[in-house]
Amino acid sequence: MKQVPARDSLLRIGAAGKSIEEADLAFEVNEPDAYALEAALQLKEQHGGEVIALSAGPARASQTIREALAKGADRAIHIEEEMQALDPLAAARLLAAAVQAEAPDLVLTGLQSDDLGYGQTGVILAELLGLPHATIVMQVEKLDGAIRVKRELEDGWFQHVEMPLPALLTIQSGISKLRYATLMGIKKAKTKEVKRLTAAGLGVAAGSSSIALDRLYSPERSKHTQLFTGTPQEAAAQLVEKLRFEARVL
Amino acid sequence: MSILAILEQRAGQNGLAEWNRMSFETLVAAQQIAAELNTTAAAAVVGKSIGGLAQELAAYQLDAVYAVEHDLLEHYTADGYSAALRQLLDQVKPLAVLFPHTYQVRDFLPKLATSLERVAVSDAIAHRVDGGQLVLVRQLFQGKINVDVRFAGEAPHFASLQAGAYRADKLVAGSANVESFAPRIQAADIRTRPLERFRESQRGVDLTAAEIIVSVGRGIKEADNIPMVEKLARALGGELAASRPICDAGWLPMERQVGSSGQTVAPKLYLAVGISGAIQHLVGMKGSRTVVAINKDPNAPIFEVADYGIVGDLFQVVPELTAAVEKIKK
Repeated sequence: MKQVPARDSLLRIGAAGKSIEEADLAFEVNEPDAYALEAALQLKEQHGGEVIALSAGPARASQTIREALAKGADRAIHIEEEMQALDPLAAARLLAAAVQAEAPDLVLTGLQSDDLGYGQTGVILAELLGLPHATIVMQVEKLDGAIRVKRELEDGWFQHVEMPLPALLTIQSGISKLRYATLMGIKKAKTKEVKRLTAAGLGVAAGSSSIALDRLYSPERSKHTQLFTGTPQEAAAQLVEKLRFEARVL
Repeated sequence: MSILAILEQRAGQNGLAEWNRMSFETLVAAQQIAAELNTTAAAAVVGKSIGGLAQELAAYQLDAVYAVEHDLLEHYTADGYSAALRQLLDQVKPLAVLFPHTYQVRDFLPKLATSLERVAVSDAIAHRVDGGQLVLVRQLFQGKINVDVRFAGEAPHFASLQAGAYRADKLVAGSANVESFAPRIQAADIRTRPLERFRESQRGVDLTAAEIIVSVGRGIKEADNIPMVEKLARALGGELAASRPICDAGWLPMERQVGSSGQTVAPKLYLAVGISGAIQHLVGMKGSRTVVAINKDPNAPIFEVADYGIVGDLFQVVPELTAAVEKIKK
């Protein structure tokens, strides 16, 4: 589970143009990862077992871990490292080392992050762990030593895919309602185990990145947007005028 | 070393292989990047019995077209495609390998790149050549920020390209040799078993036929506020639609969803209310003739594609707009 800047954050690019200023940002759990946790908790409710929440990030990521424990994860692992400069392969190497030690039956991730949006960490993790995988999964059904999943394809198509366990799935957002942490859950979370690891402790060297970020910048407008100002009433009147006589769509 | 485009096909209704149209955008990108780097472009297509498709590419300006064929590649699997392409890359040794950023590519490209200790630049929207090096542009934070990325390690370099980033009609005609490539794959290498593709149910609402669409997003905050937007849609004589989060929450049925996982629409007028404009939504509506955005965030990516916009509180703007529309319709 990844912690990302809150959805409505006002983003400021750092002076060097290489990163986002984090100082005044609020953070929240990456929404697709919240759905991965929800899928894990539901599988546990149906089939038993244990849910481990894993997050890599600086000290602030402990908030994401506390929330996962409060929602029902049994225990957690926090790889305490600054992740912002890592490419998805380097990040996945850290996660893989922690996952390997747990040898889980199923690894679930969100399908992408709302900040960097590579959409690759889950699949890379599967390859590093030598696991079969499926992406953009809507449903998980347990078979004997295997699973059958429903994958979303484009344009309203779906497909079932079967694979042996252990396996890795990236979970589509919105497949079920996210639960809230209960008061009892929040209380119990405080007593649950959080294992703290570091890259050095996991024996994962930082390594060199095969992609380099040159420069972050605000996108240029490709289209000139006519903006209407004034009171809501004035703006609405101007818009209707333009739609009638300029765009001629009304 | 050439620029290799990996194209996508799948079995169509009649069982014959047909192109995913995004493939041609990738082909155009390969030709353009190759020209700017003073090298050549090539293409490959993977599957079973796809020789006919590969032949269609012989009419374009390409160094070579590789038909990567094997019985075990009849149905897509990440294991099969990765193994086949790894062997092809070992023979062709391209400088860069380009893919359309499709759901299928998202499923296997990170695996293929990882197996070669590379990181793919996913979902690129543009490129330029700077000092003889390829620089790709990606979007961060759902389109709020762009980043220029370059490859630091050795070739091959991997990238996938966003739908619509390149124009398929810019393909340069010419001629190309079609070569067949037979990868070594065994059934035991393929760990997943893909079953039939299917559709849930017939769609009750055909948004693609609507001339006016009023679409609502996260900014609406609560299900109870939807009728306010519905009233605007009714006043305009249009259909009500939504971005994914609204349908995920069950506030509107899935059949009213516009975007990569919903319907792709191109109405005369598309009015986006409280929709920030994540790329997954934009690909479903950016072909609309006139786009209007109402959003409180002036930096929301929806304004990138909007012809007209009102930056403001939708709870104040929408009722005023409904009233203004009702007035002229009287």
